[in-house]
Amino acid sequence: MSTETNSKSESNLEKVLKSGQFAFTGELGPPRGTDAEEVREKSKFLKGHVDSVNITDNQTAVVRMSSWAASLIAIQEGLEPNYQMVCRDRNRLAMQADILGGSALGIRNMLCLSGDHQQFGDHPDAKGVFDIDSIQLIAMVKQMRDEGKFLSGNDIHQPPKMFIGAASNPFAEPYEWRVHRLAKKIEAGADFIQTQCIYNMDRFREFIRVANEEGLTEQVYILAGVTPMKSVGMARYMKTKVPGMDVPDEIIDRLKGVEKNKVADEGIKIACEQIEEFKEMKGVHGVHLMAIEWEHKVPEIAEQAKVLPRPVFD
Amino acid sequence: MIVANRKPFAEIKEMLQGYHKVLNVGCGTCVSVCLTGGEKEVAVLNIELEMARRLDDDPIDIYAHTIERQCDREYLAELDSLIENEKFDALLSMACGVGIQFLAERYPHIPTFPAVDTSGLAVNQAVGWYEERCRSCSQCVLGFTGGICPITMCAKGLLNGPCGGTNKGSCEISNEQPCAWFRIYDRLSGQSRLDAIKKINVTRGWKDQAPRNLIQPGYKKPEKMAK
Ligand code: SF4
Ligand code: SF4
Repeated sequence: MSTETNSKSESNLEKVLKSGQFAFTGELGPPRGTDAEEVREKSKFLKGHVDSVNITDNQTAVVRMSSWAASLIAIQEGLEPNYQMVCRDRNRLAMQADILGGSALGIRNMLCLSGDHQQFGDHPDAKGVFDIDSIQLIAMVKQMRDEGKFLSGNDIHQPPKMFIGAASNPFAEPYEWRVHRLAKKIEAGADFIQTQCIYNMDRFREFIRVANEEGLTEQVYILAGVTPMKSVGMARYMKTKVPGMDVPDEIIDRLKGVEKNKVADEGIKIACEQIEEFKEMKGVHGVHLMAIEWEHKVPEIAEQAKVLPRPVFD
Repeated sequence: MIVANRKPFAEIKEMLQGYHKVLNVGCGTCVSVCLTGGEKEVAVLNIELEMARRLDDDPIDIYAHTIERQCDREYLAELDSLIENEKFDALLSMACGVGIQFLAERYPHIPTFPAVDTSGLAVNQAVGWYEERCRSCSQCVLGFTGGICPITMCAKGLLNGPCGGTNKGSCEISNEQPCAWFRIYDRLSGQSRLDAIKKINVTRGWKDQAPRNLIQPGYKKPEKMAK
């Protein structure tokens, strides 16, 4: 793996992956206000159940507590954050400043994203920044970390330590392009990948098969994205309203096939079956569980998916 | 060509509040082709303004004059005597943002107002349909994008697309908006040139963040305007 040669990020997630164990990461959305308690509450459910927790950055272009601030609260709660950063809201100056600040205060993982277009969010008339794109962001963090240089080429006094993450969506067309894009992200410097929520297993198997064939899964750790469906409505919404999401009818039919009060359990069951398959799948190194506004279910899901206890390193 | 859209009538009327003798200057080039600010549109706007002001019991004396190009001194000069003689208390321009500024600059003592919103460099896709194609970024990348501009046509201006939001060939912002990078992929793939986008396009310096001037080799700014 590329990461074995170049970085000691001090990230727990990195240690888990390098030790060859199946990683399990979670997600936490910061509040739409100043209530730190809300972050602490959600953290309790995640602590001890995941190796690292993604802290979303103005997800779906809706303003929330900044992702680095919520990351720090998560650290106080004993979690390891995976600090998400989108290209939509910051230029290269602000990004580099936040990377330095985050690293100084103990953030060790970053997920580099383009970000949903501002048109989706609560400030649709905002000016989208997109000074650099997600691939350029990955390359910038790598340069800062490995060469100790800002994008401008100037030296950084005490470079940041980061385990660099990127996203991948195997379900967006053109499909053949998705593996090339993965290769580009690896070349740019991604250490690990978290994929879009997977529902279409056939398509995902095919994606991983090609990635294996091209040798990409030996150069980067891949965490398969899993989001349990809470309801039939949610499944329908994901299918029709969320760009780049591929929800096969079988999933919806399966949810519809159980009693109303059992739908959420069925959603979790489907997710756990997927996780079982990912554990065995060559080229998949872990699972990223996005239990959106369902943090309190994480202990139960982790239990049911048999990913506990999580490894501990000194 | 440059395209512009007429401002809402209420906004134009509001700007002209308190002015009673106005010259509306059209432009016979781009904005005329896109049916926004040529001779005909000047006439229509003037009638609307006259009627509205008459209803308000606050009549306006509004003149019309369309010149070939408002972004060109030679043509603007045509207006000198008219403006000198008629003593307008305001000018209204239906040219693009460039033309409006040149008009305002030539007659700096007279308030000048825009009657249109300039929206970009576009092609004429069909009668009445103009599609933006260039943001004049000063660093053209069309060479490796198969002749399709990602700066303009990709909603995020990405240089390493398509992003994960691509939706069956549409952009994540709308089913109506084709994904520029999907089209780039398609075109390059048809030309067996996918290698052009398989390599990383590194971060670039934006060249449009400060006012730009173009001075061709062998030329220089005239002394008296240089400052
Ligand atoms: S890359 Fe696009 S915006 Fe830039 S000059 Fe070329 S066409 Fe215009
Ligand atoms: S979907 Fe296509 S056009 Fe839209 S932002 Fe992504 S790459 Fe750009």
